[in-house]
This record gives sequence, C-alpha cells and structure tokens, in this order.
Amino acid sequence: MDFQVVVLAGGYSKNLAPLISNEVPKPLLPVANRPVLSYVLELLEASNLKDLIVVVEGSDAALRVGGWISSAYVDRLHVEVAAVPEDVGTAGALRAVAHHLTANDVLIVSGDLVSDVPPGAVAATHRRNGAAVTALLCNTPVSGPAETGSSGGKDKAKKPARHNIVGLDPTKQFLLHLAAGAEIHKDIRVQKSILQAVGQMEIRADLMDAHMYAFKRSILQEVLDQKDMFHSIRHDVLPYLVRTQLRSQVSTNGGQNGQDVWNGTLSSQNNLVWLSQHREIAPSAFQENVLAPNGSDSAQRTHKCCAYIANKSKYCVRLNSIQAFSDINRDVIGDASHLSGYSFSPQNNIVHPSAELGSKTTVGPHCMLAECSTLGDKCSVKRSVIGRHCRIGSNVKIVNSVVMNHVTVEDGCLIQGSIICSNVQLQERVILKDCQIGPGYVVTSGSEHKSESLAKK
Amino acid sequence: MARKEGGRASSDADDLACSPLQAVLLADSFATNFRPITLERPKVLLPLVNVPMIEYSLAWLESVGVEEVFVFCCAHSGKVKDFLDSSQWTKKQPSSAFSVTTIESRDAISAGDALRVIYGHGVVRGDFILLSGDTVSNMSLKQALHEHKERRKKDPLAVMTMVINHSKPSSITHQTRLGNDEIVMAIDPETKQLLYYEDKVDQLRQFLSLDKALMADNPSLCLHNDKQDCYIDICSPEVLSLFTDNFDYQHLRRHFVKGLLVDDIMGYKIFTHEVRSCYAARVDNFRSYDTISKDIMQRWTYPLVPDVRYFGNFSGIKLDRQGTYKAPDVIQSRSAQIGPFSLVGSGTTIGDNSHIFNSIVGQGCTIGRNVCIQGSYIWDNVTIEDDCKINFALVCDGVHLNAGVVLEPGVILSFKVDVGKQFVVPAYSKVSLLPQPSMQDSDDELEYAEGNSAVNDNPSITSMVYNGEANLMPSSLDAEVLNTSKASIVGAYIWSGGEPGLEDEWKHSIAPIPIEKLNEFFLDHSFDFDESNQDVVCLPPSGELQPDSGSVGFDDDYRDSADFEKEVEATFLRAFTGVDQDNVIIEINSLRLSYNMSHADCAGALFYSIMKSAYDSPHSSQRELLSNTAKEIDKWKNLLKNYLRSKDEEIEVIMKLEEMCLESALDFSPLFTTILNRLYEKDIISEDAILTWAEEKEGADESDKIFVKQAEQFIRGSSCKVSAAKSCDLE
Repeated sequence: MDFQVVVLAGGYSKNLAPLISNEVPKPLLPVANRPVLSYVLELLEASNLKDLIVVVEGSDAALRVGGWISSAYVDRLHVEVAAVPEDVGTAGALRAVAHHLTANDVLIVSGDLVSDVPPGAVAATHRRNGAAVTALLCNTPVSGPAETGSSGGKDKAKKPARHNIVGLDPTKQFLLHLAAGAEIHKDIRVQKSILQAVGQMEIRADLMDAHMYAFKRSILQEVLDQKDMFHSIRHDVLPYLVRTQLRSQVSTNGGQNGQDVWNGTLSSQNNLVWLSQHREIAPSAFQENVLAPNGSDSAQRTHKCCAYIANKSKYCVRLNSIQAFSDINRDVIGDASHLSGYSFSPQNNIVHPSAELGSKTTVGPHCMLAECSTLGDKCSVKRSVIGRHCRIGSNVKIVNSVVMNHVTVEDGCLIQGSIICSNVQLQERVILKDCQIGPGYVVTSGSEHKSESLAKK
Repeated sequence: MARKEGGRASSDADDLACSPLQAVLLADSFATNFRPITLERPKVLLPLVNVPMIEYSLAWLESVGVEEVFVFCCAHSGKVKDFLDSSQWTKKQPSSAFSVTTIESRDAISAGDALRVIYGHGVVRGDFILLSGDTVSNMSLKQALHEHKERRKKDPLAVMTMVINHSKPSSITHQTRLGNDEIVMAIDPETKQLLYYEDKVDQLRQFLSLDKALMADNPSLCLHNDKQDCYIDICSPEVLSLFTDNFDYQHLRRHFVKGLLVDDIMGYKIFTHEVRSCYAARVDNFRSYDTISKDIMQRWTYPLVPDVRYFGNFSGIKLDRQGTYKAPDVIQSRSAQIGPFSLVGSGTTIGDNSHIFNSIVGQGCTIGRNVCIQGSYIWDNVTIEDDCKINFALVCDGVHLNAGVVLEPGVILSFKVDVGKQFVVPAYSKVSLLPQPSMQDSDDELEYAEGNSAVNDNPSITSMVYNGEANLMPSSLDAEVLNTSKASIVGAYIWSGGEPGLEDEWKHSIAPIPIEKLNEFFLDHSFDFDESNQDVVCLPPSGELQPDSGSVGFDDDYRDSADFEKEVEATFLRAFTGVDQDNVIIEINSLRLSYNMSHADCAGALFYSIMKSAYDSPHSSQRELLSNTAKEIDKWKNLLKNYLRSKDEEIEVIMKLEEMCLESALDFSPLFTTILNRLYEKDIISEDAILTWAEEKEGADESDKIFVKQAEQFIRGSSCKVSAAKSCDLE
C-alpha cells in the first residue's frame, strides 16, 4: 500500500502530570505494563503498515522513544524517529517532517491511541472515496469507572462528554460538518451551501474524532504551506477542509489515480456535486453549467471529506488525561482484554509465574501482576495493574489502581483508584484514594490522602 | 340533514367508545397567491384539470375513511356552500358514512381564526385531519394514523403529526418544484420528532444556526433540506384549544408549529410522517398549479385522474396515446393536432391547423384556426380566434381572445377579459376586470367576496378590449386603467406584480423559469462563493474562539431593566389619560412577566413613575411640590399597594425614593422625611420596612447615610411607638 504513516507521539504533556517524568515521556507510559505507543505500532503492523515516522516532541524524549523502539521492533518495522521542538502543535510537527513524505496518501495517527480499529480500513475507505481527508470517528467513550463511585462530583458517567459535533450525509460516508473545542458549547452553525448540496445531514454529538486521519499528501502539504497560522490538525486543518469542501482551493488532482476514482467508482447520488432534481427548470442548461468539467470558475472545484465510523463494539480511546489513563488500564485488562496481547488465566487475570504471593492473598479477576513482584500475606488485589519488581507487604488492599514498576508498599496500606508511579515508596498504613503519586515519591507512614496529586519537587 | 346524520353517528360511536374520524378542511387559503382570480371565485373551486380543487380533497378524505368533514368557508362562503349543496357530497347516500358539514365565518382572516371558530362550535371530539381544500393526494393514512395514535397513548403531549414528502429544492433558485421556498427541518432520526422548522430561510446568510439546546437531549438529529411540507396534519383535539389559548397564532406553520417548537414549558411535541411512494401536494401558487396539473395528467395521483369516474360530473373523458385525454364530443378539425399530455374537455371545438401541446382546455371552448397553445391552462367557455399564440398562460372562464393575440409566458387572464386584435400581452402580466386592491389590508378578499356578484352580473363592464398599440407597460406599478384611442373600451386592469414585487414574478408563475434567469442566478451563486470564502477567512480557527457570552449577558440584563422602567412609566402615563386602574395592573403584570422582573422591581418602577409625574407637574416652590406629591400618592396608593406584598417591596420603594433624591430629582431631597412620613401615614410603608431600611444602612458609607440621618427623628419616633406597642402587648 502506498501509504506513509506519521505517528504523532507527543512528549512531556502537561495534562498527564505527575505521571510523566524525564525518564518516562508520554509515549512510554505503561498501559498494562507496556508503553502506550506499542499499541499503535502493533495496530499498524497488523494492517501491514510498516513504514512509519514517529514524531516526538523534544529531543530528549525522542532519544528515549527511539531507543525503546529500536530495541522492541528492530526487525519488524521500519521506523524513523523525528524530534520536533515542543509546542509546535500537530500541524507544526507535520510541517517539520513534510520533506520525508513522498507517498500519495499519508495516514496520521496519534501515538496515544489505544484501539482495535484497523487503520487499514480507514486507509481503504480513503482510497475508495478518493477523498482529500478521511477521519476516523468513534463513539464517545463513557469515562469514569461505572462500578465505583470514585470519581466524586463528576457526573460524567451518566452523560458522555461531548467532544465533537459531527455532520454526516445519509450514507454516513461524508463528513459535512465538524465542530470541536469551544464551538461545541455554542449554537450549531451549519453551512447552508453544504446542506443544500446534500439535502439531508445527520448531526451527531455522540461521535468523537479519534485522531486517525488519512490525508491526500498534496492537499495536506498545500494547506500546511498556505495557512501558516494553523496550529493543530484537529482544530484547524480538518475543520478548514470540511468547511471548504464545496469551493476547494486546494488542487484535487494529486496524481492521475485520484482523478480516476473521482469519476469512476462513486455513483452520482453520493456525489456532493450540485445536482438538481428540478424537472421543470430547464435541466439541460442547468447541468451543463454546473457540471462543466474544469469550468473557468474555481467555484466548481470540490474535494471530499470522508469519515470512517468505527463499529460500536470497537474499542477506541485516547490516553490524554489522567482519567483516561486509569480507564484505559482498567479496560485493557478488563473489557477490552484482547488488546493487551496477553493470555489470561482461568481466573481472568494475569499473574506472571515469577511473581510471588503470600498466604491468604487473593488476586481477583481483571488484574495483572508482572514479573518478580511479591505480595505479602492477606493481601487483596482487585481490578488493578501491578508492575515489575514491586514489593508489597502484608494486609495491603489494592483496588482499581495502577502500580508501576519498582514500587514498595509496606504493610497495611490501602490503595484505591490511584496511580502509583515507578520507584514510589508507601510506608506503613498509608491510605490513598483517587491519588496520583509521581515517580520516586515517598509517602510517610500513617498518612491519608484523598484526591491528591503528589510528586517530588 | 347531513348535520343530523353526523350527530347520530357520533352518539353511536360514543357508545362504542371510539369516535369517528373527522377532518377539518379549510376552504380558504388565507393568502393572495391566486389573485386576481380569487377575487371572483374562491380558490378551492378553481378547476384543476377541469375539476374543482375541493373535489380532490374531499375524494381523498372519503377514500382514507374519514366520516365527518367540516368545511370551513370564509371568503366567498356562499359560493362554496352552493357548490357543496349541489354536489354529490352533501346528498344523502345511505351506503356511505361520509358527511360534509359547512362552517361559515365571515371575519376570519387566518387559519388560526378558522380553528378558533371551529373550536367554538365544539364539533371536533377526537383526533382529526387538518388540511386545506387545495390538497391533492392519494396517500394512505392508515400508517400515519396508527403511528399518531400509538404515540398519543405513550405520550399525551404528542399533539400533531405532520405529513412530509421528499422534494429536493433546486440549489440555484432555492425552491422546490412546487414553487415553494425551501424548508429546513430538523428531525430526530429515531422518534421522527420535529425539532426545528424554518420555512423562511435567509439566503444571504452563509450559516444556519441551530440552538445548542437541540443537541442537549438527543445525541443525533437529522437536518433536512430535501423535504417538503404537504400541509396535511393529523391533530389531536388539543390543537384547537391551543389555538384558542394563544390568540395570536395565525399561520399554521409560522406561528403554531414554531410556537410549539420554541415553547418548552408546555412541552408539546410535533412528529413527522414521511410519505414515500404516494402523492401528496398542495396547490399553493401558480407554479404548483402547473406542476400538480402535470402530475395528474401523468397519473401520479391515480385514481384521481381525468379518465376515472371519481367525481360527480364525469364527462366520459378517455385516455388516448401519448397521454392525451379527450372528451367524446370534442369537435376537432382533421388538421388540428392535440399533442402529448393534453386534455380537451367536452363541447370544445378546435379549428384547422391548430396545435395544442402540454395544455389543458376546458369545456365549451371555441378555438379557431392556426392557434398554437403550449403549456397553458384554458378554462371553460373560452373563445380563441384565429392565429392566436398562447404560451404558458392561464386563461379563465369566459375570456375572449380576438384574432392574432399573443400571450407571452406567465400571463394570467382573469374571468371574462377580452383582448383586442393582434395584441401582445406581455409576460407575467395579470389582467382582471377588477381593479387591484390596495395591498395593506388582508381583509380585501372578504370585501370583494361580498361585492363581486354585482360585478359579474353586470354585462356592460365585461366587454372590454385591448387595442393593439395600447401604450401599456407591464411594469406600471399602479393598477392602470387602459384607455385606447380606437375601440369602444371602458377599461380593464393590468395588475402590478404580486406582493414580492415584479422581480419575483417568474418564481411562482406557470411558465418555466427562463434560462437567462437561471444563468443569472448561477452567476450570483459563484459570486456568493467568493464572498463566502472571505467569510471563512475572517473566521478565526475554531480553536481560538473565545466564549464571550458573559459580558453580553450582563449588558442584556442592564438594558432590560432600563427598558422595563421605561415601559412601566409609559403604562402609568396611559393611566393618567383615563385608562382604568385595573387595566394598568394587568398591563404592568404582563410587563413584569415578559421582562422577568420581581414584584419589588414593579413597585420601584411604579413608585418612580408616580414621583416623576409629581415632579414633572408644574411647581414653583417646595411647598407646591410637596402638595403635588401628596396628591399623587393619595391618588395612586391603591395601585401601588398591589405590588407591596411584603417588606422587601416596601424597602425597595424607600430605596427608590432615596435614589431619586440623590440623583434625578434633587428637589425632593429636603422633602425626604416628609414624603416618607406621608407614605407611612397612608399605610403604604410599614414601620418594619423603615426600621429594616435604617438598619441596613447602618453599615454603609457616611455619604449614603444622609437620608437616614435626615429621617432619624422620624425613625426614632416610630421605633418608640413600636416598642411602646410591644410593651403594651406584654402588659
């Protein structure tokens, strides 16, 4: 497939403080004990997309990510790691790597996507429609653990948050309207010309832009060159292309190939070209005018923005917040366990053979215990992930939490709904509820924390 | 008789606990689209393929199982009644349970009025079908009725089901093939609930703005630009009472539907039913008249087609090749040609070498030699002499076209117009024997309904002729009496363009839209594109949009309260000029509700107005001002007391007084204590309020305390009184 893939992996994101440290940039955050970036890379590998450019913010982070990739995927993928300065935005990151792009079409994936939607399907839809851009839309995830009341005060669990407002044509192939960010809390402003062209538009608030886009390379580069103010793909480039699809200023003939598809495969019904059903109004004259190929007016130039809507049963979440981090960890060892790539025991959990459990210690279903971790007596672990080389004392209760590597938990601790980063030490009888503990932090014995974020200065 | 029968049927039905299906048919469009023709004949009796329109509606109602029809007549009500009385519909037919009752009202000027009258009659008992008498349909209502009833069972607020069908408007002219403006509707794809309805889409604006609240409840909605409203509604009885409750609802769509959609207090819901494979349309303007006529000729409306015996006065019309219908007794010259999709009614004669294409010719017409009729509608008893050319025109009963007349596209000739030799009637002109009424008054049609019988009876006016070279401009704006030099002519009137103005004439005309017009529009369109490009460039990238609602909201609020004060003052001034106090109270109450103000605001504003009137009345000295004020307070204290429900309102009054003394009416300031005393004595303000006010002021700045100090004496006195009273109580 003549597709190049750009993975926008990010760097030291501020949203995820204190989980992210110099040692662990965002792409390397563990999800079920493997870096989140590996999920995207393996997904792409499964679709036979092996020619990748991974863009990382910050040269330090790039070194670390590059090191990990070369050790993990040395003979499987052809990966180039490119470093871009921080805060250039997704559009800026693409500008920086633009000279590497040579293929007709480019697939752009966010590096924090945990999903089982095949990228190949998105690419194929893009090719089939001869689109300028195809975006993957998925159902808005219900965030917040439904089974525990841990997310106090947030009623997000009841009503899914709105991420996008999306307008689709009746066949659900074409993207006609897109609102993101602050716009979704305002009145919906639909472009009349597009509505008139298509006749019927379905507006949905339950779909989310999943940050996987297939672009026609020529169009993408033209937009990036012309509009140097554009900062983000999601907020600027994609809405711009959707807005201007009926009066395109970008060239559509990115190769003879695209042009053929344009004329050939699509039935005229789906075409967004102006077609009238006015029988009475001199149809011949009308159509000649409107459908004249390469008419002198640039007004007749259109490009297509398409959407690939993931099946409801597919899993598709981005790791872009602390809440999402816990959700994804919980889901990957729980409901969406096929993503983790591990095989589960009959008890529906994964306990590495090298892990040691004390007497009367239980590890419930939807749990993961990595190699060389030890648990003392009378411990209880439920719906949690525990990393490598952790030492956990006796009478410890861990529920709905993520414990990374090399963590020491002394006797009598209670950990609920929390994220404990690597090298943390919890002294005796610490009680943590809904906390995030940054790497290397020491929680003194007997202290109790609730909904706090603790990190080393 | 019919009425009686209906009554008995209903009592039977009541026993069975299911009421018969009823329908309300509005035999008046409450519009002026078909003028000048409708000045002389009601719209529902205009022939559509040689059958009055109302016949189609009634036939359809009978076919869908409606048992009682209430025909509401307004303009030309006598003619409609006469027609119905002489038709088969009101004749007693023991086999059918179909009854037609007329309800007459002379002063209704809108569909809303009509429904209020019907509500007043109290004849509608259950769900009913609401349609106008110009509807042509062959759809089955079973499904829609069933859906409506099911929804009603689950949700009593689902009051109406609208029938819509698919029709994509042209992207260039923005109208459907029926000549209606495009409609934008938002429909819930699951429940088919109507969420948004806009039939007056502003073409100049690039964007369509939907309220964000629409998306708050349902995750998805369908925005339709490709549907058309059939104006067939299945309504619950509540619809009638809603019209009665909201006496300002006039138009069924513009007021009623939009009103219900916007109003979220009562929560009434409207649903839609889309018809897919059957026909439903309404003759709303000349273009839809043309389109629907063609559809009938091409048998989309089967069984409502000319060669099926469906209507009373069947004349044995037969379908020939190429979609040509001919009555058996047509006298046609051998060399005459009747082309495809044409109809010629009985008793018509056609001369040598005449051609008729795509046209409908009524009964008893005489067509001479070498006449060419194309895409036109010729009604009954029309005489067309030799060598006439008629293109896309509508010619009413009794018209006489002398030899060589040419009717250009879009011409409307009303009843009994006589056109002189060789005259070329310019495109889109409407010619009538009646002068064009002035445009302001929508009651015109009614007046003419009363007066026109006299006009018709007077044959001397009817023979009017245009002479060939009449210096007549179709664009003349005023109705123009035509005088010509040669012939013996009194005058006929060429009407100026309809309401939208001359430029829009082509939009709703019978004639197809000329190609130049389309090109022009297309160019406009491309121009639009350029503009819209700029528009988009001006838009900031979406991510940068800043929420700015906060500041705006504040401004609004501020403006509102100032407006409110002004309004109250105006109302109060009206009270001066003799409006009853009770009415003033009602008006102020409604102002309070519409501006969403509290009683305290009302009291403050009212008190302000009272004081202002005292202040504005001429006065030379303090004493005079004081006596003026006292007089005003005495006069209006009852009014004011209406709003003084509790201490809070009274304090508001004191504050207002203070504010006035400080700011607007400085003359009052030395009188503050006296006025306060006066208010106290007149029981307008209680001691409690004064004491609380003084307490509240305790913590304020020195500058704010001027009046508290002024009134100190008085306050101390009253507080003594209070404590004295209290001690009395204790003893």
